[in-house]
Amino acid sequence: MTLTRADAAADTGPRDRRAVARRAHLWLALLLLATCAAGLGTGAAQVSVLDGLSGAADPVTRVILWEVRLPRVVLGALVGAALAVSGAVMQGLFRNPLADPGIVGVSAGAGLGAVGAIVLGGLLPPALQGLLGIYMVPAAAFLGGWASVLMLYAVATRGGRTSVATMLLAGIALGALSGAVSGLLVYAADDQQLRDLTFWGLGSLAGATWGKVATAAPVILLAAGGAPLLGRGLNGLALGEATALHLGLNVQQVKNAAILAVAAATGAAVAVSGGIGFVGIVVPHLLRLATGPDHGPLLVNSALLGASLLLGADMISRVIIAPAELPIGIVTAVLGAPVFLWILLRRHGQVAL
Amino acid sequence: MTLRARQVSVRFGRSPVLHGVDFSARSGGMTAIVGPNGSGKTTLLRALTGEIPARGAVALDGLTVGTANAVALAARRAVLPQASRLAFPFTVIEVVRIGHGAGAHADRPHLPRRALERVGMAHMAERLYQDLSGGEQQRVQLARVLAQVWEPVTVDGPAWLFLDEPVSSLDIGHQLAVMRLATEFAQAGGGVVAVMHDLNLTAMYADSVAVMQAGRIAAAGPTREVLTSPLLSRVYDCDLRLNTPPADGTPYILPHASDKAQAL
Repeated sequence: MTLTRADAAADTGPRDRRAVARRAHLWLALLLLATCAAGLGTGAAQVSVLDGLSGAADPVTRVILWEVRLPRVVLGALVGAALAVSGAVMQGLFRNPLADPGIVGVSAGAGLGAVGAIVLGGLLPPALQGLLGIYMVPAAAFLGGWASVLMLYAVATRGGRTSVATMLLAGIALGALSGAVSGLLVYAADDQQLRDLTFWGLGSLAGATWGKVATAAPVILLAAGGAPLLGRGLNGLALGEATALHLGLNVQQVKNAAILAVAAATGAAVAVSGGIGFVGIVVPHLLRLATGPDHGPLLVNSALLGASLLLGADMISRVIIAPAELPIGIVTAVLGAPVFLWILLRRHGQVAL
Repeated sequence: MTLRARQVSVRFGRSPVLHGVDFSARSGGMTAIVGPNGSGKTTLLRALTGEIPARGAVALDGLTVGTANAVALAARRAVLPQASRLAFPFTVIEVVRIGHGAGAHADRPHLPRRALERVGMAHMAERLYQDLSGGEQQRVQLARVLAQVWEPVTVDGPAWLFLDEPVSSLDIGHQLAVMRLATEFAQAGGGVVAVMHDLNLTAMYADSVAVMQAGRIAAAGPTREVLTSPLLSRVYDCDLRLNTPPADGTPYILPHASDKAQAL
């Protein structure tokens, strides 16, 4: 039986995960469309999506759909894709399925930027404050994320070669330092700032505007869209740096591109939505279990599933205590942590760390 | 059609590991690198493949070995490391496909499975690599290497295999099978450079040999001329005797316990 099936499938074999991964592109794209539609239809106000899109609705409904929900759905999809792809790229780079921008201090660096802007922003000259406006916190977060990546890179690179192990350990130290400075600033914050900080630290898509979409979209689309080009390089790295070199890969170039993509995608995502955890670890992990670790399809599927997952979490955050909202970081952690533990327990002994 | 290394020196930190080694190998034959632990065998192989920075010059059929030529080199030569740890749960066939995709024959989709057949691992193609035994993993890595440079002779010249102790975790049957496979590759016109621990397999299969001692080449040349009892005993610092059975002339090496031999 097995033999005839294997023969019929020629070199592909009876259980070819490449085909499964390619089919998953389609299913996950459909899932994303469905969650986008559901996201448009979900919220505190009862509105008809069809009426709103066809233009038959009243102006209030149109504003709710076009100016409140649609930007939020688009931003959620972008951020979810960015977080999941960043996680997958980082795991490939560090050859460790538990690596995440949160671990190497990129998120902490971005967080420090945001906290600094919230607490110390008032000390800036009023003219500059007016100029930056609502973009002050996101811009500071983006710069914080980038600065921490550049610092890590400088620490871990000697003579043109980046040591991945040094970068991981330096990232933990730098993350702790960023956390400590953030803590100091929190200590100095007043009551209103503390509320802002809490909300920002837990992550939220509330306050999504077309303006935020327009600032984050180019960076995220470039980084997450370009990431699948790293598939071959990350697959080679999975065999070790020496073997990757013998496979004809420019190892340092792969590392540079991976770090750049992660810094850009994470920086932009954290800048517009705050600290949202677990997406970067859970999404690639689930996909690896289902369709294998080949980074080519994995990075595409991560973007699609990450977007859907974050939209789902955002819907829960909007309806669970409606008309109030729960920060989305709470939802992703409450959903993500048990799922992650369940995977580890179920696959006991089979998860390669 | 040669691999030629001139005055290759490598130091790790302050301690020199290779002292200006000259080394050459010809395609159409297998060249073994032997020597005691820590004599620099693996370091020499890594310098020959451009894996570690080294002083001196290494050229493979006129191509300068180094990172600048990584893509051109990948089409011409594949490298089997001593030990391979895989980061993610790839299946056996997926590991071989990674090598296949990097080589000059990526347009031939049947090669990964045929490479697995050559090392006797086709029946485990869908198994997870990390669940295999050490010896099975070594054979999968060999298939990965073969899938990268499948044809011993390409339009650009010979293909090369660099093998770091290719039989170290294998049982005796598979040791012979892998050595035969490497020999066939060489006899078909390819080049094979292998770091070897087993002197008898070296004597049986290698056409030429370089014997290393303390970061230098102690002797190099045709296997039967180089491998002698005095040289091996000196380099390995123990009493070794080379015997040649009249039947087929392939020498074999036996250790001797000196004091016991005298008592007899």
